[in-house]
Amino acid sequence: MNKPLITTNSLSVHYPLRGKLFGPKPVVKAIDAIDVSIEKGSFFGLVGESGSGKTTLGRALLKAAPVTSGTATYNDGEVEYDLVNMDGDELKEFRKRAQLIFQDPYAALSPRMTVRDIIAEPLEVMGLTRTRDETDERVREIAAKCRLNLEHLRRYPHAFSGGQRQRISIARALVSNPNFIVADESVAALDVSIQADVLNLLRSLSTELSLTFLFISHDLSVVAHTCDHVAVMYLGRLVETAPTRQLFDSPRHPYTRALLSSIPSLDPDDRGNAQKLSGEIPSPTNPPPGCKFHTRCPHAQQRCREEEPTLSATGSDATHASSPGTHRVACHFWKEL
Amino acid sequence: MSSTPVIKAENLTIRFTTDEGLITAVENVNFEISAGEVLGLVGESGSGKSVTAKSLMLLNADNTVYDPDSKIWLYDGEHQIDVLALKKKNEHRQIRGGLISMIFQEPMASFAPAITVGNQMVEQLMLHTDLNKKQAANLSIEMLERVGIADAPQRFKQYAFEFSGGMRQRAMIAMALSTKPRLLIADEPTTALDVTIQAQVLELMQDLVKEFNMAILFITHDLGVIAQTADRVAVMYLGKLLETGPVRNVIRHPAHPYTQGLLRALPKLDDLDAELSPVPGDIPSPLERPNGCVFHTRCESAIAGRCDQILPVFTQIEPAHEAACLLLEDHPSANTGHATDEAPDGATL
Repeated sequence: MNKPLITTNSLSVHYPLRGKLFGPKPVVKAIDAIDVSIEKGSFFGLVGESGSGKTTLGRALLKAAPVTSGTATYNDGEVEYDLVNMDGDELKEFRKRAQLIFQDPYAALSPRMTVRDIIAEPLEVMGLTRTRDETDERVREIAAKCRLNLEHLRRYPHAFSGGQRQRISIARALVSNPNFIVADESVAALDVSIQADVLNLLRSLSTELSLTFLFISHDLSVVAHTCDHVAVMYLGRLVETAPTRQLFDSPRHPYTRALLSSIPSLDPDDRGNAQKLSGEIPSPTNPPPGCKFHTRCPHAQQRCREEEPTLSATGSDATHASSPGTHRVACHFWKEL
Repeated sequence: MSSTPVIKAENLTIRFTTDEGLITAVENVNFEISAGEVLGLVGESGSGKSVTAKSLMLLNADNTVYDPDSKIWLYDGEHQIDVLALKKKNEHRQIRGGLISMIFQEPMASFAPAITVGNQMVEQLMLHTDLNKKQAANLSIEMLERVGIADAPQRFKQYAFEFSGGMRQRAMIAMALSTKPRLLIADEPTTALDVTIQAQVLELMQDLVKEFNMAILFITHDLGVIAQTADRVAVMYLGKLLETGPVRNVIRHPAHPYTQGLLRALPKLDDLDAELSPVPGDIPSPLERPNGCVFHTRCESAIAGRCDQILPVFTQIEPAHEAACLLLEDHPSANTGHATDEAPDGATL
């Protein structure tokens, strides 16, 4: 088994809210006590509805969100970084090794820069190349890997379609030769016919350049097709994590099951079979006590309202509970369901 | 369905005059929807589905040009109304929100932020019905309850920002249905919602269709949503309809290469090993509309010299299932991937 590239231990990001003058300040627990380890070379999927904290977790792992408590480490075999306490020099180095691909390819690219300049900017800012020729060579190399037409490098982003722009964003993220990529809803804004193309590109790049991906998405079928391992989030907590096939074959948490059955089936005769969840995700400023999901859970019992379940392994190999490959679920009653 | 269709579009061609010239957004589109029927209009961004929907309510911008032989017929129960010939403001008003209602994608943007949800509902009811203010308020609260909003009398007095996303879309549906329109246009009504909320809203819409017996034009890019809601499907690409038919036939035996490609590109949960095969290439810019079949630039089975020159016409594959592709014109049942004995005699029109 590969060593984890990213390991977190009860990582929390809490944002303070404006509260009363005296007394405890209210906080939004964007993510709360997250334990996750991302294996080197894996394609790790993070799913959840809006407001579940998946973007915050992705940003915290890039040191782009203020961590309140807990630890997070990055270890690629050469260097190890403590992602919570890092000084400026370390952060500069870390930025070369970890990059982000955004959701909206229309907003992520400057309209006033040519594609060549957009892709070359990280190299120049990070001082990775010395001469212009060297930069150009590196830009052409990565652009070719991302299947961009090299003759188009002198054009501006407006001349490109959504799929092409997303390939430009990918090239920019990969130009500094990173190991770890956070792709935050990177195909959500694309049409289906283009989406498959970008997903295939990301997969082949991850093998070719041995990248580790944190792939954030709300679309379970996309995650099912691209990721090796999936973690499901709800209201800032991890509710279930497992290798992809295991999660989709035998989901344990009632929320994961509900999510899976909510996906509209392509079979017109399969109408109305979805296990409908009532209600909506509660506000993170005022989360329910006990299990966060109990307000919408069809199986909720008294214990769920009082005691918050911990993420524990479902298999018999409880000794390896923290190794990345295990199926873990946070539910008091998963055995009975 | 022998009754008069609620809405019927004939040779609908819509162009926009722009600085860069005349842009064709919709070309020669024909469809009709009967009462109690849901027509799903699928297409990717830029395919012209929203422009088509807006034309039914004359909501397109001032630079819109409708070709002279374009016709939209709206049946109000007694008369056929020639929608594109309506010029007066008060005639427009009779259609918009009265005979036709529309639900938009982004529920936050569809409500006025500074007027309570209740007042907005009452306002449109007073405009379109003979109800007085009290009756309109009662009906609105009743409709809010009908779409599953708890504490409806309380919610009636609140503003849109106090509602959650799913609740706003429910309120939007309540508002759209309260005038009992003949036709409901739902333009990507669940795209901005989370899957669990989407499932709730889709179920609600299905119940309401049965109850109110209206015609629905359901626009979406999500084939899964179409499979769950529509009776018939129309697939649109670059302003042209490429395939229409009953939802089961189109999804199970797609005839047009574009529909087939869309279905192959879709990640499916029941087969995780299946390769995702994208439709090659990108959607051409509307300024560079391809000649011949609009899809030929991305079509893997395109025949050079034919598909880029000849405009395909609709070929019937099964009863009520048609597609516009030259391959089908040449071999009526070759490309459908199922037994030929199902194809009716004289399938080529």
